[in-house]
Amino acid sequence: MAAPTRYLTQKIAKVLVWAAALSTIAVMVLILLKVLSEGLPSLGLRFFLDSPREMGREGGILPMIVGTAALTAVALIVATPLGIGTAIFLREYTREGRISRTIRFGTDCLAGVPSIIFGLFGFVFFVIYLKMGWSILSGGLTLAAMILPTIISTSEEAIKAIPEKYREVSYSLGGTKWQTVIHTILPSALPGIFTGIILSIGRSIGETAALVLTAGSSLLMPTSLFSPIRTMSVHFYILATEGISMKMAYETGAALILLVLFVNTIANWLLNRYVRHRS
Amino acid sequence: MFAIGVEKELMPQQDKIIIQDFNFHYSALHALHNIHLTIKSNEIFSIFGPSMSGKTTLLKSLNRLTDLIFRVRHTGTIFLDGKDIYDPEVDVTQLRRRVGMVFDLPTPLRMSIFDNVAYGPRLGGVNEKKRLAEIVEKALGSAVLWEEVKDRLNVSALRLSGGQQQRLCIARVLALEPEVLLLDEPCSGLDPISTLKIEESLIELKKEYTIVIVPHNVQQASRVADRAGFFLSGELVEVGTAYQVFTKPKDKRTEDYVTGKFG
Repeated sequence: MAAPTRYLTQKIAKVLVWAAALSTIAVMVLILLKVLSEGLPSLGLRFFLDSPREMGREGGILPMIVGTAALTAVALIVATPLGIGTAIFLREYTREGRISRTIRFGTDCLAGVPSIIFGLFGFVFFVIYLKMGWSILSGGLTLAAMILPTIISTSEEAIKAIPEKYREVSYSLGGTKWQTVIHTILPSALPGIFTGIILSIGRSIGETAALVLTAGSSLLMPTSLFSPIRTMSVHFYILATEGISMKMAYETGAALILLVLFVNTIANWLLNRYVRHRS
Repeated sequence: MFAIGVEKELMPQQDKIIIQDFNFHYSALHALHNIHLTIKSNEIFSIFGPSMSGKTTLLKSLNRLTDLIFRVRHTGTIFLDGKDIYDPEVDVTQLRRRVGMVFDLPTPLRMSIFDNVAYGPRLGGVNEKKRLAEIVEKALGSAVLWEEVKDRLNVSALRLSGGQQQRLCIARVLALEPEVLLLDEPCSGLDPISTLKIEESLIELKKEYTIVIVPHNVQQASRVADRAGFFLSGELVEVGTAYQVFTKPKDKRTEDYVTGKFG
């Protein structure tokens, strides 16, 4: 290739990758700007601490915040040990073979299932068959099934990335397989596993369709795991689609964004502290 | 430091490790061919030869780290103190505590200096703080590292220099008070001064341990070893005292390698 052509190609490539990166950022900024500019100005502390009145036309969203947090907690408490356990099984306790391929195929399928199908399953199985009703528990278990593939695959990647030499060292120092997992593999894989958990929290907070079917849309403050709730996303959806109050919908949206930012900041801070402590 | 040219007076020693008709295969690759070898207690035995000659495979067979590799098989046996280490009754974790290994590259675990050395004893059930502190101090002392790190035991092991990290790895193995030390090119990638320090500590350690070392070159083998075995393409070509093997090799191939004609 002649030198001028190569030079031109170089320039075009540069423009293209810059354009790609900038449009990605632009889309994100546009969404944030729209929601925050509509929701933030009227957002006050009262909004976070009040219960909704008149179907959500007035008041705040405290029950929704509590409900969202409880639901996410249930989902994580169930899915994290299961997911990490499966990842450890796949990487440390079994060789690549029919069993591991079947499990991986299963989780890949699970990851591709639309959330409304999870909702339908949760409704039929948890809500009706197990008689849990619309509740934090039904919704949390449904969410757990949804985030399980993410936790399994990110944990598996994190464990896979650990150099073989660490395993060898642990075994050569008389470690059993379980001791090696607990003392060497999990501590090294923790940052990666943590990333999966953060992604899962984001998905839990944002999920709507499956939760309308399994957690309900109650406006009341939950009192137990069997209470029905309305998550922030569901609240947003109902306020907007039923024409109750666009203003309150945007405020809920802005609160949702702030909440996600808050969780991510805390998580990153914890992660950095952990990584710095170990190096 | 021992010099070549003096035939060392060998103490009457017991046979620590006896390798009998040992063959090792990695799926299609026949890595070790009919190895017969006896290693005596309290000697430094050097396994040397060009790369791909099966040295590391033999070392890892001695504490069954080869068990971790997929699709391998072996025939023949290895005896440690007269007991077959491949006997199904053998507790592999116990075997690895008796036969400790140091790898070619320093591999500190991502934890403090203290925790690295205490790793093995803790897994073995030692939890008493005072006892652990004693073990760590003794092990670091034997590996000639105590003086350099005694004031910063809680610092991450990754902050040590390469030479210090490798001595830490030796200390980590010594903390288990093994009977046999396997060293796989422990000085590769280290500067001459660190190498010297490690070699010095080996001569000291010989009093208490049986040492099998794959040296990173012929010179190191001749400096530290009592006896040596030359490996080529998975075969044990020649065994003898270090003096004999390095100065008057019987086999033409050993001579060519020792004098630098290949390798």
